[in-house]
Amino acid sequence: MTLLHPRLAGALGWTSLAALVVLAMFGLWGAPPDRVQSDAQRLMYLHVPSAWIAYLAFGVTALSSALYLWRRTRSPVWDRLAGASAELGVLFTALTLVLGSLWGRPVWGVWWAWDARLVTTAVLFFLYVGYLALRRVPSAVETRAKRSAIAALIAFVDVPIVHFSVNWWRTLHQQATVFTPSLNAHIHGVMAFTLWWGVLAFTLLYVYLLDKRYRLEALEEDRDARELAQAIDERVQGAGVAAPAERAEVGADR
Amino acid sequence: MSLLQEAALVAGKDLRIEARSRVTAQQILPFGLIVLLLFAFALDPDRGVLTRVAPGLFWVTVLLGTLLAVGRAFSIESENGALDGLRLSGLDGGALFLGKAAAVAVELLALEALLAAGVVVLFNVGLAGLAPLLLGTLAATVGLAATGTLYGVLAAGLRVRETLLPVLLLPVVAPVLLGATRTWEASINGVSGDAWPWVALLGIFAVLFTGIGMLAFGPLLEES
Repeated sequence: MTLLHPRLAGALGWTSLAALVVLAMFGLWGAPPDRVQSDAQRLMYLHVPSAWIAYLAFGVTALSSALYLWRRTRSPVWDRLAGASAELGVLFTALTLVLGSLWGRPVWGVWWAWDARLVTTAVLFFLYVGYLALRRVPSAVETRAKRSAIAALIAFVDVPIVHFSVNWWRTLHQQATVFTPSLNAHIHGVMAFTLWWGVLAFTLLYVYLLDKRYRLEALEEDRDARELAQAIDERVQGAGVAAPAERAEVGADR
Repeated sequence: MSLLQEAALVAGKDLRIEARSRVTAQQILPFGLIVLLLFAFALDPDRGVLTRVAPGLFWVTVLLGTLLAVGRAFSIESENGALDGLRLSGLDGGALFLGKAAAVAVELLALEALLAAGVVVLFNVGLAGLAPLLLGTLAATVGLAATGTLYGVLAAGLRVRETLLPVLLLPVVAPVLLGATRTWEASINGVSGDAWPWVALLGIFAVLFTGIGMLAFGPLLEES
């Protein structure tokens, strides 16, 4: 039912909370203000880690979906993991967009700019909102799992095309700072530390929340199965001999 | 029967239904023209705004038409147990996909021909650079029909089909809207050189999603 041992999950929760507190201290006071953007730049310590988690989460969704579709590794574990991770991905994508918007207002002078990375992220957000909507449609567990897994892979294949086409269309975002060949050469030591710490803290938080969502998903499936069994039992007792036909009807009602 | 013969059979069936029921001719095509009129009401027709943004408006209208055509392609299968008929027909999943997608593509091409006439007459657009324009349009249409058919079967049989389809399909085809609009803009403005990379992108999209559709259609049909 769970991904992690309950005690490990609990410890992880407290560790990520502590890491976030340290991040807040470094982000607000430890790191020096940016020479050009001054305090507004501090949003980076949240914005970049949430973007990283969003990508990580969608990557996990795609990988779990592929593992579900591959017959030799098919297991409800991958389906639940894909769903739980996609939800977190959408959450962190939304957070990335909101934080970026708040950061853009003082620095660019606008809440939203039609810049390539913004547009790609917005499309990414809606791609997976659609995926979550598909997951919400009531169906038999296996049917839903297979359908969702295929939808997740289609979305994943579409992401590079969206990225590429939008990039061609327009670009004004600041160029990649951290993931350049001369790693970390362009940013101050404490700033770099705070940024990497943020990535670490958010990753811990992601794993913690993933475990929670996974457990919830498993419990929901369990509840649905129980309710179905109960409904069948009630009908069987109520209808007597007509039971087999009733049972078939319940199955076809999906 | 070969794959293509099977596909032709399915496409022929769908197009025959459309020819007899006239839903495409009497509902989807007029819908497209109404949308063009609405754009003229929303924007200022006198200052050349419509002429400038015509490629974008054209393709947004095609996208809306795609939603209707795909919805129609699977609503005809939902009656009289036709979906079960398809499953039991013994036709290859890939062929079924190609057939359904081809029928949608033909309907979309009809819609696009009408809308093109519409933007020329109503929005005062002079079509030019026909080679990239036509090839780009064809590739975009195949891409839209393929993704539409793929998501159509994904949502087929669900009670929330009509509302689910747009939210699934529209983000995925965002690159098609982008590529097709740029292709049209570049062609119309006489810079065909700028159009060709977009035509290539549209072609890649079409091939990729036709391939995915052929692989996934069979399994999805079984599950829906």
